[in-house]
Amino acid sequence: MAIELRVPTILRTYTGGEKAVSGDGTTLAEFIDNVNGNHPGLKERIVEGEPEELRRFVNVYVNDEDVRFTGGLKTEVNDGDVVVVLPAVAGG
Amino acid sequence: MLVIEKATVDAIVAHARKDHPDEACGVVAGPAGSDRAVRLIPMLNAAMSPTFYEFDSGDLLRLYQEMDSRDEEPVVIYHSHTATEAYPSRTDITLAQEPGAHYVLVSTRDGADSPAYDGPVEFRSYRIIDGEVTEEDVRVVGSYEETQGEH
Repeated sequence: MAIELRVPTILRTYTGGEKAVSGDGTTLAEFIDNVNGNHPGLKERIVEGEPEELRRFVNVYVNDEDVRFTGGLKTEVNDGDVVVVLPAVAGG
Repeated sequence: MLVIEKATVDAIVAHARKDHPDEACGVVAGPAGSDRAVRLIPMLNAAMSPTFYEFDSGDLLRLYQEMDSRDEEPVVIYHSHTATEAYPSRTDITLAQEPGAHYVLVSTRDGADSPAYDGPVEFRSYRIIDGEVTEEDVRVVGSYEETQGEH
């Protein structure tokens, strides 16, 4: 088993066009680092700053829960979980 | 060029006028790869602001899950400007993250929100890719059936 990442259209340049890739980790931060190992560049489109935080206009969900409400990058992840990344639809 | 049905244009304009002075926003989904905007989905502006719009994060997830299950994509992403022209703002350009979508802008400035107003309402379409804006022609058709056989 592994954890699945659903990749939005705009980030598929990092995954060779794949809509979904998989990885491992016990927290969302670890999982993103792990996936980034195979798909370099993906992480910096999701995370920014020091200490690292999720980008304001990128939404991340673990099993349909927005991680902003479940601990952000510290959110626990487990085998079989589905992580969805969706860019915000927003503007001025 | 954006080819879009008149009923959809009218519904987008009506949504923008109804939500004025806040910005209205939504999507018109269509079969993946078809470039046909057939299913209008007005969205709530979670920012409830005259100068900003953002889909609620839960609504956004449900929208994309639904489009995925129907093999659709966001053909049009629309929003209104309530005090300025129907041209992408700097924020619109920075935050545009759907390179395949037609970004439609409607303006309800200058009284276009009033029920008595019956003049034209600005309705313009753009591609926004990597921070670059390209305006495109909008062709309004009665029905997509009129365009069958065209390339």
